[in-house]
Amino acid sequence: MSATVPGNGAVGRRMRRKEDPRLITGRASYVDDIALAGTLWCAFVRSPEAHAKIVSIDASAALERDDVVAVFTGEDVDAGALPCAWVPPGVEVNTSEHLCVAKGTVRHVGDPVAVVLGTDRYSVVDAAEDVVVDLEPLPVVASLEAAMSDGELVHPESGTNKIHEWSLGGGDVEAGLSQADVVIERTVVNHRISGAPIEPRAVLAEDRAGQLTVWSSTQVPHFLRLFLALLLGMSEERIRVIAPEVGGGFGAKLQIYGEELFCAWAARKLGRPVKWVETRSEHMMVSHHGRDQVAKVRLGATRDGKVTAIHAKIDADMGAYLMLLTPTIPSLGAFVMSGVYAIPNVQTDITGWYTNKMPTDAIRGAGRPEATHMIEVCMDQLAAELGMDPLELRRRNFIPADDFPHETALGIVYDSGDYAGALDKLLEHFDVGAFRREQEELRAKGIYRGVGFSTYTEICGLAPSRVTGPQGFGLQTGLWESAMVRVHITGAVTVYTGTSPHGQGLETTLAQVVADRLGCDPEHVEVLHGDTGTGPQGLGTYGSRSTAVGGEAAARAASKVADKCRAIVAHMLEAAPEDIEVRDGRFSVKGSPDKGMALAEIAGAAYIPDPLPDGMEPGLEETAFYDPANFVFPFGAHACVVDVDGETGKVQVVRHIAVDDCGPAINPMLIDGQVHGGIAFAIGQALYEQVVYDEDGQLVTGTFVDYALPTAAELPSFETDRTETPTPVNSLGVKGVGEAGTIAATPAIVNAVVDALRPLGVTYMDMPLSPVRVWQAIEEAKGVTA
Amino acid sequence: MSGTVPVRLAVNGQTHAVDVEPRMLLVHLLRDELGLTGTHVGCDTSNCGACTVHLDGEAVKSCTVLAVQADGCAVKTIEGMADGETLHPLQEGFWAEHGLQCGYCTPGMIMAAADLLERHPDPTEEQIRHGLEGNLCRCTGYHNIVRAVQAAARHAREGSAAPPDLPPGGEESGRALAGEGLGA
Repeated sequence: MSATVPGNGAVGRRMRRKEDPRLITGRASYVDDIALAGTLWCAFVRSPEAHAKIVSIDASAALERDDVVAVFTGEDVDAGALPCAWVPPGVEVNTSEHLCVAKGTVRHVGDPVAVVLGTDRYSVVDAAEDVVVDLEPLPVVASLEAAMSDGELVHPESGTNKIHEWSLGGGDVEAGLSQADVVIERTVVNHRISGAPIEPRAVLAEDRAGQLTVWSSTQVPHFLRLFLALLLGMSEERIRVIAPEVGGGFGAKLQIYGEELFCAWAARKLGRPVKWVETRSEHMMVSHHGRDQVAKVRLGATRDGKVTAIHAKIDADMGAYLMLLTPTIPSLGAFVMSGVYAIPNVQTDITGWYTNKMPTDAIRGAGRPEATHMIEVCMDQLAAELGMDPLELRRRNFIPADDFPHETALGIVYDSGDYAGALDKLLEHFDVGAFRREQEELRAKGIYRGVGFSTYTEICGLAPSRVTGPQGFGLQTGLWESAMVRVHITGAVTVYTGTSPHGQGLETTLAQVVADRLGCDPEHVEVLHGDTGTGPQGLGTYGSRSTAVGGEAAARAASKVADKCRAIVAHMLEAAPEDIEVRDGRFSVKGSPDKGMALAEIAGAAYIPDPLPDGMEPGLEETAFYDPANFVFPFGAHACVVDVDGETGKVQVVRHIAVDDCGPAINPMLIDGQVHGGIAFAIGQALYEQVVYDEDGQLVTGTFVDYALPTAAELPSFETDRTETPTPVNSLGVKGVGEAGTIAATPAIVNAVVDALRPLGVTYMDMPLSPVRVWQAIEEAKGVTA
Repeated sequence: MSGTVPVRLAVNGQTHAVDVEPRMLLVHLLRDELGLTGTHVGCDTSNCGACTVHLDGEAVKSCTVLAVQADGCAVKTIEGMADGETLHPLQEGFWAEHGLQCGYCTPGMIMAAADLLERHPDPTEEQIRHGLEGNLCRCTGYHNIVRAVQAAARHAREGSAAPPDLPPGGEESGRALAGEGLGA
């Protein structure tokens, strides 16, 4: 850990966001807000069939319209296939060609077969209706079971629907299970969900004399530029990708999408700006989905509650193609398959399967919510089997606070943690004894109230190359981050970050970090992001990495600037550089606080360089690239209280209490906000949301009418608190928090519903806990107990 | 296409006369014809409320109103909420209470909340939650949106120029930024 820098108190403040003035006044600029003269609108003609041969496409009627400029099919588009950039290491992967406009065969509802371009946003939609597409239906693989039977095939040329098999283990899981007095076996279904940011995706592409500019609602502008260069056969410096204001992502915009590639291709082909704005129906259909795993979990323990082994055999429905990270997502969960527990034998075996559905990929949490859910619901199952209090079972297996850094059976090194400390803090907010008494009284009145807990850790701060790269687990990459800090001549500061925030508040967080290192006011630190044309190469925002990796890069760049400031001040005030400290907004001589210079004075000296030391370059800006030494592992404890209506099956979350630890807070207000949103996302999955395909592969949940995001009326206010355990991995001590709430909360909710219904004989339930499913569980339990 | 229809309406106090297709939605008139892009579109089914504006003083989802239906009406959008550089109490409330993250739902949320506060100047949490159930937010879990509306109600009642309950240290930089943001 590098030395902490005494700053000016900018870190740790509940500072209001610098982003907000433009957002609350309607002055922000999202992609659809950008208008370029001569723009052509795109409408995609999409397959209504889940699997079909394209017999013919007749666009003549569409082309007769005055306002239609062109119609392209897959045969016309000479761009490369969409990328699957990361596959699990060391195994064979059954890949498939995925084109931005399908050729020959469509493999899921929504697969594009043609694109109409025209001058009017309404009439291109009319024209798309005029394109006559003759499709010959093929047999549909509409479920995981159908895929695993290999009866019908999504990609017949490969002879199987199996994509890959990948395992990660440590210890000897069969030996561990044989040492157990009790083994529970449970199938845990983690169903398919949608990211559903409120801003749908949008792309605008423009080619000016061979210089391509693409505005996209993306989380990964630098990746998009790289892949556009590769797929269009262009030199990378000829492409600029801008992610302007982005209205949420949740992983759904961590992708290289066909629409992005197509618009860029068409803008070059036609020499005019090309724009596409996703409708919500399109988002539900063709923005990648998440989760969709079935896990067979075995969890063994001795009679006194010591867990001896956990084994998960996961089958994942990955849809019709492999997109950017598709086959890697379950692997992310495998890395934390022992959760917060000291389990000597751990094994995860993953098999991916093709189906005729939209591909899955990273959605908020990406593999870790699935792992945490199965561990934490199974810990409750085990506690019930042992007749032990679920919290006592957890405590008996926690990795103790004095055992960090802790190497798990998988060879992953957890950086820091105090799991019992987080649970203790949770219980300061929740009196279990009082609750149990209240629960008894309510049951006597026919009200079913339950409490569920989860204690979790997750793996974030993607990603240290020495852990993930060729010398570690053998993935093709590490995911460093960059930042450039430029102090202007007036002392104002601009920070360029390679992360690409889309609601997280990084403009504020990074301003606080940099201001703290430079002794200036965060008000005068502007943070620029999401534009490959303005800053150094970067890698984007996902995997709770932006503060833990991007923030540390900014801190390091700022520290380099501060070092130069110290050298300048020492030279000018005739002191030693090591005697210059940042205090009260000035670089001053230790012990003589009146002897010092403000950042503006130093910048003046740096740009009007007469007084600089011999050999020092003028100017005051530095760049840092930061490759973390390890992941960071946030953790915490959640409790959820629910009421279940025994007549209707309706579940109401009454309280949700979260204690999360993401290290020392840079801005506590923003951390709470991330936790609130994360919990709501989890409640959505646990109770309301599910992407449903029918037996013909037709999407049933194609709009917000059928896919139920929680509204304000369904949710309670949340209760949040923190513990602060620094990580030794970075100088800020910080971990990520963007996904924590989502990872932690679903098992607490399910455990609460089961706790509420245990008197009725319900012992387990899979999400989503919709009224009909809860009602059926109650009725089935009655049947068993009657 | 099928010809155009003249529409005359006042938006944020300014009168506009435009010729539109009969099927044009009010939200597209505002965004594409008048350049008022603060009003957003988030769904096709009138569920999300990102497009909420005021039509003759009442909150409507402008994706569900034809532009021709607004003929002769007064429309207020998020761009018309601040009074010069003085933010509307709801704008102050959303900022002070961290009632937004990505900001995409925020204009519609503020317009819906303004309508709610007209009807319930001192709303309970339950009234706020039910009053905003036609507006979806994916980022905040609504927790701080509720706080923001409560703060705005308090602020309006007390007529205080200062933003409510601002934590120490936040006010100074927040105030200065308001000017920058609005002037930009």
